[in-house]
Amino acid sequence: MAENASQSGSQNGAVTLSRDKLLWIYQAMMRIRRFEEAAEEAFRNARMRGALHFYIGEEATATGICAELRTDDYITSTHRGHGHCIAKGGRLSKMMAELYGRATGYCGGKGGSMHIADLDLGILGANGIVGAGIPIAAGAALGAKLRGEDRVTVCFFGDGAGPTGAFHEGVNFAAVQSLPVIFVCENNNYGMATTSDKANAGPSIAGRGVAYGIPGVEVDGNDVFAVNAVAREAIDRARSGKGPTLIEAETYRFKGHTVHDMAPYRAKQELEAWLKRDPIERFKRVVESQNLLTAEDFDRIDEDVVREVEMAIEFAEASPFPPLEAIEQGVYAD
Amino acid sequence: MTTTTAVAAVSQEAPQERLIFFNQALREAIDEEMQRDPAVFVIGEEVGIWGGAYKVTEGLLEKYGESRIIDTPISEALIAGAAVGASITGLRPIAEFMYSDFMGIAMDQIVNQAAKNRYMFGGKATLPIVYRASTGAGIGNAAQHTQSLEAWFTHIPGLKVVAPSTPYDAKGLLKSAIRDNNVVVFLEHKALYASRGNVPEGDYVVPLGVSDVKREGTHATIVTYARQVTFALEAAEQLAQEGVEVEVIDLRTLYPMDISKAVASVQKTNRALVVHEAVQFGGFGGEIASQIQQQAFDYLDAPVERLGALHSPVPFSEPLEFGSFPSVDRIVDAVRDLIVGV
Repeated sequence: MAENASQSGSQNGAVTLSRDKLLWIYQAMMRIRRFEEAAEEAFRNARMRGALHFYIGEEATATGICAELRTDDYITSTHRGHGHCIAKGGRLSKMMAELYGRATGYCGGKGGSMHIADLDLGILGANGIVGAGIPIAAGAALGAKLRGEDRVTVCFFGDGAGPTGAFHEGVNFAAVQSLPVIFVCENNNYGMATTSDKANAGPSIAGRGVAYGIPGVEVDGNDVFAVNAVAREAIDRARSGKGPTLIEAETYRFKGHTVHDMAPYRAKQELEAWLKRDPIERFKRVVESQNLLTAEDFDRIDEDVVREVEMAIEFAEASPFPPLEAIEQGVYAD
Repeated sequence: MTTTTAVAAVSQEAPQERLIFFNQALREAIDEEMQRDPAVFVIGEEVGIWGGAYKVTEGLLEKYGESRIIDTPISEALIAGAAVGASITGLRPIAEFMYSDFMGIAMDQIVNQAAKNRYMFGGKATLPIVYRASTGAGIGNAAQHTQSLEAWFTHIPGLKVVAPSTPYDAKGLLKSAIRDNNVVVFLEHKALYASRGNVPEGDYVVPLGVSDVKREGTHATIVTYARQVTFALEAAEQLAQEGVEVEVIDLRTLYPMDISKAVASVQKTNRALVVHEAVQFGGFGGEIASQIQQQAFDYLDAPVERLGALHSPVPFSEPLEFGSFPSVDRIVDAVRDLIVGV
């Protein structure tokens, strides 16, 4: 039922993206991975607390989508949101400081890992409630439509949000109103330990697009070129007033549900098979084989990213905690 | 604003009085604010062609069109969530729930999203939302269309909660709520929609967080809000026949709560009765009573008394429904007990 785009724009075809965009994509994916690796290390060394939900393994989805967004476009994100925020342009220093609960973080330490927002970058907030971003994204898209703007909203959510009422209410309304929103289901097959087949009826989540009368597209979420091609079409469609698209990106989290979870419910072979589909390695293979980027390009970005992440950690650890007076500040606007 | 009662009382006789219904007053507030600010829009179930379940938005679709009077499907989470998304990106939604009971479906969006986004995002996001809903019992709607759920909302930092009792206050408070840069839960008692009162034409506001002395008295103080204000005023009238002068304080806004007039009143009367239609146990009255005893303990000649609904869902059968929440007679009895009990 759903269009399957997993073969398009990928390894078999010639990549037509500009060199600048390819460099941006590689850098964004590396920023996500190294940021989270550093955060995990800080957590395991007890320098950070709370809940961390790692996006590692899913980098191609956020990156492929956000590569086609403007700064003034909106995204709504999830509890597994570091990747979305980084791909939309979030600053690693302010993100890391937020994970550390410091006053210099994106939210002044009030939100933590699950609630990073940067309204100037169109990041309307990561969200600790599964599925809750879907009605919010519909509202942001409604706002753009009412103001006559051509901004689009991308709503990221996981397969765990598929069964929620918020999914139906949000997608249905967006379709009824033909809103400029792109719903991106990152299907990593697990809502904690519950596999998607035990949570979502029907052959696919993208297939539900038929029920709402909107395009539903399945895509290999670990193939950044395929994701990018699907995103471009969906974003063009939304921006030109033709309404929403439901994208289902098949992907996998290499880590557990949270930093505390070693994922004993997953077969070792399953993880190993997915590790072979590492989105960053696949990207490198494609662009190297087509002589689009060189080892020097990768090395330079790798070094830049490592330095940027180190600086983010240093910035966070050197930053003060917010004062206790901050507890009751910022609850209400003046 | 302590003089609104006096003004209303005087203007009952005045030639320039303009008596309109409570729901008309609300409509005027929305209409005037929509004219004033193009960012204001209405979203909800049956707010357009139907004109709102209680006709608050009647005629606005014709005036403002489908882009600003938006009928939604029966999707309360969507209504509340769309208001979050629209407000955080710069609009000022007025989201209507037909019945506050239906807000249960939208509670995640109201409590976890709307109320918390500003705070969680470090005070940067601004969400100027008004969530309007009809509340309250007394018209035979049974248990799922009658609750008084204000305590759900007053308990959530990040929300403001308003519960007007008169058409004048309804218009002025709703205009303040629409202009407020916060999430305001605006609770409209459904038995008040058809009540009439004097409402000036044109622009005026009643600020949020300012209580009002609806009747002056010296022997006891009733602190209440919403429809129970009308019951308290009737009770005060009856008691006046017995020579008991009751002061009636209308909180109007529950958060932020202005307890100052209640405290000042108790310092004069030395007795306080807190009345609300909501279930008494765990009700908002506990907060009112606590603040009065904290701030006026030395003036009290009797414990602060509370009167709320019995501990049951609202029953349908008429005598049971009216027996379940405070009536004028029960308020009269409670005031008598408060005075005799000294």
